[in-house]
Amino acid sequence: MKMPEPDAQTLARRDEIVAAMHAFVPGEGVISDETGMAVYESDGLTAYRQLPMIVVLPETVAQVSAIMRYCNENAVKIVPRGAGTSLSGGALPAADAITLGLGKFNRVLEVDYENRCAVVQPGVTNLGITHAVEADGFYYAPDPSSQIACTIGGNVAENSGGVHCLKYGLTTNNILGIEMVLPDGEILRLGGKHMDSEGYDLLGVMTGSEGLLGVITEVTVRILPKPTAARALMIGFESSTAGGQCVADIIGAGIIPGGMEMMDRPAIKAAEAFVQVGYPLNVEALLLVELDGPPVEVDYLIGRVREIADGLGAVSIRVSESEDERNQFWAGRKAAFPAIGRLTPDYYCMDGTIPRHRLPEVLERMSVLSEKYGLGVANVFHAGDGNLHPLIMYDANKPGELDRAENFGSDILRLCVEVGGVLTGEHGVGVEKRDLMSEVFTEDDLKQQQRVKCAFDPNQLLNPGKVFPTLHRCAELGRMHIHRGKMPFPDIPRF
Amino acid sequence: MVETLKPETSEQVVEAIAWATGEEAPVEILGTGTKRGFGRPMGDGNRLIGHAVDLSGLSGITLYEPEELVLSAWAGTPLAEIEAAVAEKGQMLAFEPPRFARLYGGEGGTLGGMIACNLAGPRRPKAGSARDHILGIEAVTGRGELVKSGGRVVKNVTGYDLSKLLTGSFGTLAALTQITIKVLPAAETEETILVSDMDDAAAVDLMSAALNSSNEVSGAAHLPSGTGAVPGPVTAFRIEGFAPSVAARGDTLRDLVGGHGGVSTLDREGSRSLWASVRDVDGMAAETAETGETGDDDMPLWRLSVTPNRAADIVSAVLATVPGTVQYDWAGGLIWFQAETDADGTGHAAIRSILAAHGGGHATLVRASEDVRRTVDVFEPQPAPLAALSARVKESFDPRHILNPGRMYSGV
Ligand SMILES: Cc1cc2nc3c(=O)[nH]c(=O)nc-3n(C[C@H](O)[C@H](O)[C@H](O)COP(=O)(O)OP(=O)(O)OC[C@H]3O[C@@H](n4cnc5c(N)ncnc54)[C@H](O)[C@@H]3O)c2cc1C
Repeated sequence: MKMPEPDAQTLARRDEIVAAMHAFVPGEGVISDETGMAVYESDGLTAYRQLPMIVVLPETVAQVSAIMRYCNENAVKIVPRGAGTSLSGGALPAADAITLGLGKFNRVLEVDYENRCAVVQPGVTNLGITHAVEADGFYYAPDPSSQIACTIGGNVAENSGGVHCLKYGLTTNNILGIEMVLPDGEILRLGGKHMDSEGYDLLGVMTGSEGLLGVITEVTVRILPKPTAARALMIGFESSTAGGQCVADIIGAGIIPGGMEMMDRPAIKAAEAFVQVGYPLNVEALLLVELDGPPVEVDYLIGRVREIADGLGAVSIRVSESEDERNQFWAGRKAAFPAIGRLTPDYYCMDGTIPRHRLPEVLERMSVLSEKYGLGVANVFHAGDGNLHPLIMYDANKPGELDRAENFGSDILRLCVEVGGVLTGEHGVGVEKRDLMSEVFTEDDLKQQQRVKCAFDPNQLLNPGKVFPTLHRCAELGRMHIHRGKMPFPDIPRF
Repeated sequence: MVETLKPETSEQVVEAIAWATGEEAPVEILGTGTKRGFGRPMGDGNRLIGHAVDLSGLSGITLYEPEELVLSAWAGTPLAEIEAAVAEKGQMLAFEPPRFARLYGGEGGTLGGMIACNLAGPRRPKAGSARDHILGIEAVTGRGELVKSGGRVVKNVTGYDLSKLLTGSFGTLAALTQITIKVLPAAETEETILVSDMDDAAAVDLMSAALNSSNEVSGAAHLPSGTGAVPGPVTAFRIEGFAPSVAARGDTLRDLVGGHGGVSTLDREGSRSLWASVRDVDGMAAETAETGETGDDDMPLWRLSVTPNRAADIVSAVLATVPGTVQYDWAGGLIWFQAETDADGTGHAAIRSILAAHGGGHATLVRASEDVRRTVDVFEPQPAPLAALSARVKESFDPRHILNPGRMYSGV
């Protein structure tokens, strides 16, 4: 993966920039020594590493604004960073950029039950929000597996999802407003405690913008009353086709479960070996279906789902009878990544989405690819919404294996696109999928996205080298090629 | 005279807009034109609108896979056709799009028009609005380029979410040609619990308590002037889902609201018709249904999006300035306000400062005469840095300001 050439002039001015940062952020908030910066050299996509030029950890919006204004005036690039758990290299530093860490923005500012929302700083962890409100019977619904560590700012920047998103929506459906700082230092508010932000849906654009448009300094999230009951079914099938059919039939019956996850045989085996919770080892597909809501509803739907699974010839069905048992069912799924990690020195987590009914075919072709590249693959799958997480197993110490893993991964994503899906369901494009963007988008599509980037960041200083495969200058993107004098629309009916 | 072009393919839309761009000839983008009265009168300085691009010729559902919860259609497809198709498979558009056309004395409307206005009905607090259900979009920008965003899968973070940006952009950024939305199973049944005779403040508190309970209330509205059947104030709570669950939640909700007023229950049919009328704001529909034009003497109709628990305070402050009638929806988060005086709309400044003083939000002038909409901001004015950003976003899609110029903001 090629990153933009570091700018020699910026590097030459490093000392001056460090001094300027010290003036904006007192004391330990500026880190410029190599050892101190080392912890920031990569994110969750550890195959890529790069020391930042400087790390700055502001504590107030005014500081963020002053830093951004300075950087804009002095053409210094900025990489925003939350907890650094991005799996697409979204928070990967650049050699000539400041890594702007939002970790010190870690306070829950307000919990407003009457309006079912909480106002939090961007560095608060995802789970931290739920912790702040759970004693009163509320929670924040989107639940990425990284929720102990990842920040709400990062969640907004990546539009993160989780198991509960099938029923409760993604980050974008669960936030009401943000405060943000534009690259020129302007502080803006989008939305608030009311529903639907006014004017253009810039809140919608900011969500999932991967740190390329502005720095988020406050988030107003929706919180929901916790469902009174939840129970899960663990269903084993002889084929992924049967498992996929079960998912389709559940949804076809009008049931939207709180969570619906599937694992293939290698993933089941790895998870069971790791946590020993009684996953069936004689099945090709394991489906976990969780129903939540009032107890009557949960019990009723458990019955309906069981009938559907029985009708499809499920090999095994277990229904959780206690909270302990429900948590056990999930333990294997939740530990799927580390479980695979025990089987292989390294693994590479992919994140394509496909139309669900193409699953059997995609798994089939994936196993052909697995043979071709000589690398194992295990699959965990947000079955309800078609989001696949193939985990490619490799050994970075063996020459050539990382490259092979990456090529295998790219082929999987191309396959997802070919069957009508997309490159990334929740992990973002980052650096990882940047060069695959043209598999999905035309040149015109990408240029329009970059024009929107220019509306926010005309000097292109925020998170350089991410998302877009080809860089264009904003002036060039803004130019229009006019075909004047052409006879207007001879074929179009007019009235 | 405005000449109307009626393209039948997206290539023809490209052709029409590319021409308009070349000529710098501003165009009106419309579906069936039912919501023409929504927004500022168009035109940009002294450039008059000479052409309209009517997208109703781009019509039809192109993909509907109920088990994948996805539907794609051309932008000009009548909304009624889409709702009928999904209803046949026991599904729905969960955001419950209102029939805004009726506010302007019309009927119908297209998918594209609904998305361009980002509509949402009473299920908004639970299910979100149109923007929460859009999966993908194809549109022709003011540069005359066909661009797409999103896709046909529910989970997708590949590139910026331009589909959301175009949703609610009132045709000022691009002409939508094809749209993919998420559909959801319709509830097996529903019932509505009515509480009578509460004052506004008590109703707002109770609506908040109901939404905070575990009864999954999917609609909470307060109608101070009652319904056709009930003359006094009525507060309505809707519960939807599978029959056993609706029965159980109905019981616990009746316990919760009991003691606050007279309690009664509407069955499925009664509930459906009540919420359809709340959704379409029937009480404030245009009276001149025949002519399709709202008369110049009509008083302003406002739609206020507010911090839900401040709703009653906002209403009493507004009514102290401009008399009128109100309907609360979204557990207080949405206030419809039909002014009884204030023909020239000068009350907007007071209304907007009341909102600002009560936790913020936005006030939209949904219906007023053309003259009033020319002088009074139809959409909430934005602080300078935000307005400048919006203008740059407009510029990025439509640098020559040819698409519905001025419909949202002057100069945008
Ligand atoms: C074990 C593991 C499991 C995971 N499981 C899931 C999962 O189930 N679902 C899922 O969606 N993701 C998952 N992820 C990915 C990751 O956790 C999410 O993308 C998360 O939202 C990143 O948050 P962060 O705080 O770590 O952000 P970072 O990694 O620090 O940054 C991510 C991106 O956001 C930008 N950014 C961060 N903060 C801000 C801000 N305040 N303003 C502007 N931009 C900002 C950065 O520039 C970067 O582009 C997982 C990761 C790991 C390691």
